[in-house]
Amino acid sequence: MQKLSKITGTAVAVPRSDIDTDQIIPAAWLKRVERTGFADALFEAWRKDPGFPLNQPGADQARVLVAGPNFGCGSSREHAVWALQDFGFQAVVAPGFADIFRGNAISAGLVPAQVTAAAADQLADALAADPAAQVVVDVAERTVSIASARIAVPFELADFAQWRLLEGLDDIGLTLRHEQEISSFETQRAPWLPVVMPTAAN
Amino acid sequence: MTARLFDKVWDRHVVATPADGPALLYIDLHLIHEVTSPQAFEGLELAGRKVRRPDLTVATMDHDTPTIAIDKPIADPLAATQVDRLRRNCAAHGITLHALGSREQGIVHVIGPQLGLTQPGMTVVCGDSHTSTHGAFGALAFGIGTTQVEHVLATQTLRQVKPAAMAVTVQGELPAACTAKDLVLAIIRTLGVGGGAGSVIEYRGAAISALSMEGRMTVCNMSIEGGARAGLIAPDDTTFGYLEGRAHSPKGAMWERALDDWRTLATDEGAAFDSEVFVDAAAVRPAVTWGTNPAQSVSIDDTVPDPAVLGTPAERQAAQRALTYMGLTPGTPIRDIFVDTVFIGSCTNGRLEDLRAAAEVVRGRKVHQGVRALVVPGSARVRAEAEAEGLDRHFTEAGFEWRYAGCSMCLAMNGDTVGPGQRCASTSNRNFEGRQGPGGRTHLVSPAVAAATAVAGHFSTPGEL
Ligand code: SF4
Repeated sequence: MQKLSKITGTAVAVPRSDIDTDQIIPAAWLKRVERTGFADALFEAWRKDPGFPLNQPGADQARVLVAGPNFGCGSSREHAVWALQDFGFQAVVAPGFADIFRGNAISAGLVPAQVTAAAADQLADALAADPAAQVVVDVAERTVSIASARIAVPFELADFAQWRLLEGLDDIGLTLRHEQEISSFETQRAPWLPVVMPTAAN
Repeated sequence: MTARLFDKVWDRHVVATPADGPALLYIDLHLIHEVTSPQAFEGLELAGRKVRRPDLTVATMDHDTPTIAIDKPIADPLAATQVDRLRRNCAAHGITLHALGSREQGIVHVIGPQLGLTQPGMTVVCGDSHTSTHGAFGALAFGIGTTQVEHVLATQTLRQVKPAAMAVTVQGELPAACTAKDLVLAIIRTLGVGGGAGSVIEYRGAAISALSMEGRMTVCNMSIEGGARAGLIAPDDTTFGYLEGRAHSPKGAMWERALDDWRTLATDEGAAFDSEVFVDAAAVRPAVTWGTNPAQSVSIDDTVPDPAVLGTPAERQAAQRALTYMGLTPGTPIRDIFVDTVFIGSCTNGRLEDLRAAAEVVRGRKVHQGVRALVVPGSARVRAEAEAEGLDRHFTEAGFEWRYAGCSMCLAMNGDTVGPGQRCASTSNRNFEGRQGPGGRTHLVSPAVAAATAVAGHFSTPGEL
């Protein structure tokens, strides 16, 4: 996974609340067996409206998405994160994320930057006034700033998540450092817990 | 020290508490399906890793499988590839697969409980947000993304920050005309779609204890629609009665040992929750959603709400957008809204008890002219059991289509869709824009209301037919 410390670029604001994963990527796209190729899927239905923010000139160059509260609610599809990344986003700034979405974002290396509702409004207003403004999402400092609008606000991100994003670490590798503990835990599981006899592996 | 049910289940699965971050939690059961697993297996193989515990992993096909002509090759090439990939991955890694056409195939959250695989005190995960369903057994069950699926395949564990514990206490008794679905829609209306974020909900109180296992699964299933990580209910005699004798339930002396353990799985007297919500069961009415998120529901006796009277500007704006999408005018009585489609099925309401309730309503009646009505059993076993009781005949004689098991029109990946601008009364769990097909309009209801609506052509309860 790519290390992420400072994301700099333009931003797009979609200041709606409760943006669900069915809007971020409709189910029809989930039939793909790859992790890529989802850029056109992103907000597919909403993009049919020419006025939608992602259809504005320059939006395809944006690195940061600013959204409303409870972003990413609904399904567990990690494809929602992949679609945002395929489009070019490296961070989503919102006053709150759905739990599974937040986990998926961190797993896949998309920064879920949680700001206050007031800060999100301030950022969206600044982008409305100047869509070409440069936004910086600083993972190390945990701040979002638009220097041209003199905005610099903190965002919330758990220490462990921050460290993983900064280092670009693979979770499985970290967990396998605990192999001994996992093996010894397995010897003590309750004897009635179900096991499903595996079919012969090829 | 007093502990909550959630703490008891959590604590017994902590493998390690690494200094660098969240706890490492052991996973007792990993359910997989065709849609969220291919990239996980690919990642695993690219890294040269193996499935650590194929014996704790169970696969099925449900999300994009057809519900008609299941003996024919799948027509959609993308779906066919995805299903083949699952078959290959399960064969290569020695994972048990309940493939399309087999007796135990079905929606992943229907087959786990039905096989006795979901038991009290377990941790259950799946690359699907409605994994919360399994919490009905007093298990800690939650949905995960594909990278985490790969993590569980490789390590049988997950790194997890411990969520907060929320109590949703439902006092009193549900009115006779109301079901678990009406109750959970009322709970979500109280919580809001993001109200449970960061929490695991324990449902308690007299009205919860009075629910059947099927009803408890309906409630826990929709925990995610209130934003919660998971929902659980303390196991009791209803739980044990459901589990006894199932394929993977403990047997003989082991059953007795398990029971002794399971009886300890309750929140201790006096244990405090991080937050608490109270709902009065007696005030619940048959619910119908009017908007584009599951918190936007009213009683069937009400009218479409006026966004102008809602609390915050954001709520007003969201409601206005929802009404525009839904093609509804404030003040319209819910009963005056006509539907084009009725869908009975999904992991929320696709179990035998749901089909019985719906069949009872349509028996001897006819689906309203012009309404397309489908019943999609939650699993092949549910379908077989329903047929053994003759429920299929009540449905088909009334004019319903009787399908094979799967997710079907709940997320419309398999070609079962609601057309643009069409209106559907659905027993599923999500009414998001386009959920049942681009431009489709979804109203979430209980199986009884769905069945009555199919007959009346507009929203109706069985009592009014
Ligand atoms: S029935 Fe619907 S909600 Fe349930 S697992 Fe299938 S797609 Fe998801």
